[in-house]
Amino acid sequence: MLSRRNPQLNRHGELIHLLSIEGLPQAVLTHILDTAETFLSVNEREVKKVPLLRGKSVFNLFFENSTRTRTTFEIAAKRLSADVINLDIARSSTAKGESLLDTIANLSAMHADMFVVRHGESGAPYLIAQHCAPHVHVVNAGDGRHAHPTQGLLDMYTIRHFKKDFSQLTVAIVGDIVHSRVARSDIHALTTLGVPEIRAVGPKTLVPGDLSAMGVRVCHDMAEGIRGADVIIMLRLQNERMSGAMLPSAGEFFKNYGLTDEKLALAKPDAIVMHPGPINRGVEIDSSVADGTHSVILPQVTFGIAVRMAVMSIIAGNEA
Amino acid sequence: MTTLLLDAEALYAELREGVRPLLKADTSLVGVWSGGAWLAERLQADLNLPGAHGVISSTLHRDDFGERGLAAGTDATHLPFAIDGRHLLLIDDVLYTGRTIRAVINELFDFGRPASVQLAVLVDRGGRQLPVAAAYAAARVALPATQRLSLAREASGRFTFSVKDDR
Repeated sequence: MLSRRNPQLNRHGELIHLLSIEGLPQAVLTHILDTAETFLSVNEREVKKVPLLRGKSVFNLFFENSTRTRTTFEIAAKRLSADVINLDIARSSTAKGESLLDTIANLSAMHADMFVVRHGESGAPYLIAQHCAPHVHVVNAGDGRHAHPTQGLLDMYTIRHFKKDFSQLTVAIVGDIVHSRVARSDIHALTTLGVPEIRAVGPKTLVPGDLSAMGVRVCHDMAEGIRGADVIIMLRLQNERMSGAMLPSAGEFFKNYGLTDEKLALAKPDAIVMHPGPINRGVEIDSSVADGTHSVILPQVTFGIAVRMAVMSIIAGNEA
Repeated sequence: MTTLLLDAEALYAELREGVRPLLKADTSLVGVWSGGAWLAERLQADLNLPGAHGVISSTLHRDDFGERGLAAGTDATHLPFAIDGRHLLLIDDVLYTGRTIRAVINELFDFGRPASVQLAVLVDRGGRQLPVAAAYAAARVALPATQRLSLAREASGRFTFSVKDDR
């Protein structure tokens, strides 16, 4: 019989893979955020490197394109002294017909210690975690529409950094939520960390109806959605994942849901504006907001390296 | 069960006097997290030293990461001064195998190149596994390897020693 234990945790409840934020206890999330704080200062040292993963090989397996996420994982692994191997899978073995598990078996034979996986199919990192050797760790760098846990964690780190405490916050997630693995990871993390009000804001076609079951307030009106918010998380319109006429036009979307200074004025005066990037100026966010004083979009990128260092060093130190 | 009577407050008074000859005009104290950091904080005040003391953590350079992983904790290095060319006096509560000191020296050198590094401790319990020595130790005791000795700080700020049997 299959174990019903969360496959990300060992029998002591310690994190061995990071596949999804869903189901992780608050203590695990807080441990990651606290550890990231330590690593943030490493990035400001004269020697920006610590030896925790010395002699370990981290394989970046990106079945889907990504520059920012792959680069920040690479920087994070290198600052932990790991050897990093980037595989452009989309253009190599898979194109020649090799199955996912055969690819993993081959890379394991090259003595991989960790796989950082991005895949278009939801659940692909779980499959890899189930089939790799016990000493190998897997980090999900985004799978289909399912999860993007390190982005969720760096978002939580950013919120904690600027707002200190989760227990009084109103967080609005705005835009293309239905296609967004970031939104799903954020919602699970915000819920676990005790945020009392989470709002999902966007047109009916882009906000899934089942969100209210997760305790999220669905708003199809932008003004209602961001009024009084402490944190606004803007999402990118994912044209590449859209099929059919889900949207009238980018111009119309901007008019209704694009974040401008006027709309931002409805939020709390000290509200922060976040975005997982890449941003589409004039589609979901106005340039004056993206570059304005409320924007913490670039700090998010910096924090992302520290959070990924924390995740990789925590899982590498725990045995299956 | 061993009854060990180590009066942490009395030893602290000896440490305070013992480190005086080690201090040069530009020496900074750096306490090893956590017990050593408490000691450095109090020495900084009691000795009327200018500036602030530093705190150093061994976490990122430990040699038992493979077995123990990263423990949950909030220890982090905080050096509120440039260490290049500076004389540093590391302060720790207990000196044992020397592995923590090896790790914190590595950590220190990630921040620059100090002029010198010395070590003063409350208790040297022997059992060294590396060539590390303290310039000053307020006490030397022998303890069985199964016992873990560490400093505790009460809410009032008073120091005590805790001795735990390691499983």
